[in-house]
Amino acid sequence: MCKKHFEVPRMFKNISTITKMWIGLAVLALFSPIGIILPDKFKAGGAWGEWGTDEIEKMLGYVPQGMKRVAEMWRAPLTDYDIKGWDQMGLGMQSLGYIFSAVVGMAIIVAVILLLGKIAAKDK
Amino acid sequence: MHIPDGYLSPQTYVPFYAAVIPYLAIAASKVRKTIRSRDVPLLAMGAAFSFVIMMFNVPIPGGTSGHAVGGVIVAILLGPWAASIAVSIALIIQALMFGDGGITAIGANIFNMAVVIPFVGYYTYKFIAGASEITSSRRWVAGAIAGYLAINVAAVLAGIEFGIQPLIAKAADGHPLYAPYSLAVAVPAMAMGHLALFGFVEALVTALVIRYLQKAESQLLSIYGGENV
Repeated sequence: MCKKHFEVPRMFKNISTITKMWIGLAVLALFSPIGIILPDKFKAGGAWGEWGTDEIEKMLGYVPQGMKRVAEMWRAPLTDYDIKGWDQMGLGMQSLGYIFSAVVGMAIIVAVILLLGKIAAKDK
Repeated sequence: MHIPDGYLSPQTYVPFYAAVIPYLAIAASKVRKTIRSRDVPLLAMGAAFSFVIMMFNVPIPGGTSGHAVGGVIVAILLGPWAASIAVSIALIIQALMFGDGGITAIGANIFNMAVVIPFVGYYTYKFIAGASEITSSRRWVAGAIAGYLAINVAAVLAGIEFGIQPLIAKAADGHPLYAPYSLAVAVPAMAMGHLALFGFVEALVTALVIRYLQKAESQLLSIYGGENV
């Protein structure tokens, strides 16, 4: 049952697995630009069915009327995980905006869940 | 798989909202009963993980990009109901803050990614892992298969949701009002990317986390359901 652990440096031995997993999340945020660099290098577009109306117009020659009405109704503060303007300044700056977005997104999510957890626990 | 605004007709997105809201209320009450308050940070971690893993777009060279959702590993660790809550919160923040997925489509996106993926993933994992030892290699294999299957089922469902739009809503001139592609185009398009590549990414993510936890702290693999505690 107890498999032999591979050797890890001593200083990491005292850090709990949970802490390591949080560190892992930070590392993922730091490396998140892989998610824009790889598609760029392999000349791949976005996801299927997630085109903007400009792309739709190119593909179809028109924008469906209903789509036109609602497509751009919401202006997200960090649209496409980019800091406005930075995404026009090359992949490097875009990557910084992407990392910033990852950190902001994770921070909000963690805060929301911890808060909900507190509320749910209180009225028990 | 994040359906944007403008792709789904109200006849589609309203029912999804109507179904998902009570579903999440049920999920929340189940989670309150099953998750100890000291596990809440794990739920937050699961949601943050799902959020960030979705940022890792993987390209099909010259084609489209896609990504894992992370919903299967969260479901394996914390149960499908808790995973529904975690992934839903990630999806809502993605829509509001980053414009990834539409506001009108939040119900449908939650259904595809935060209901279907955790449940298909969790029960597939459970079925394959059976009563095997918590450190058994059967567990990470089960996780990989569960990841691959779950994201593909969700992708096909998203393809159906796209594909029925031209049938539901047409303009006077016969052009579709919303998502323009038929079932015959949308379903294979959604399925192919996930069968060929993105499914393997979800499989890999799921298996890697299970492998890591088996080595590092295997009791984390039996928080939910308490098998082999």
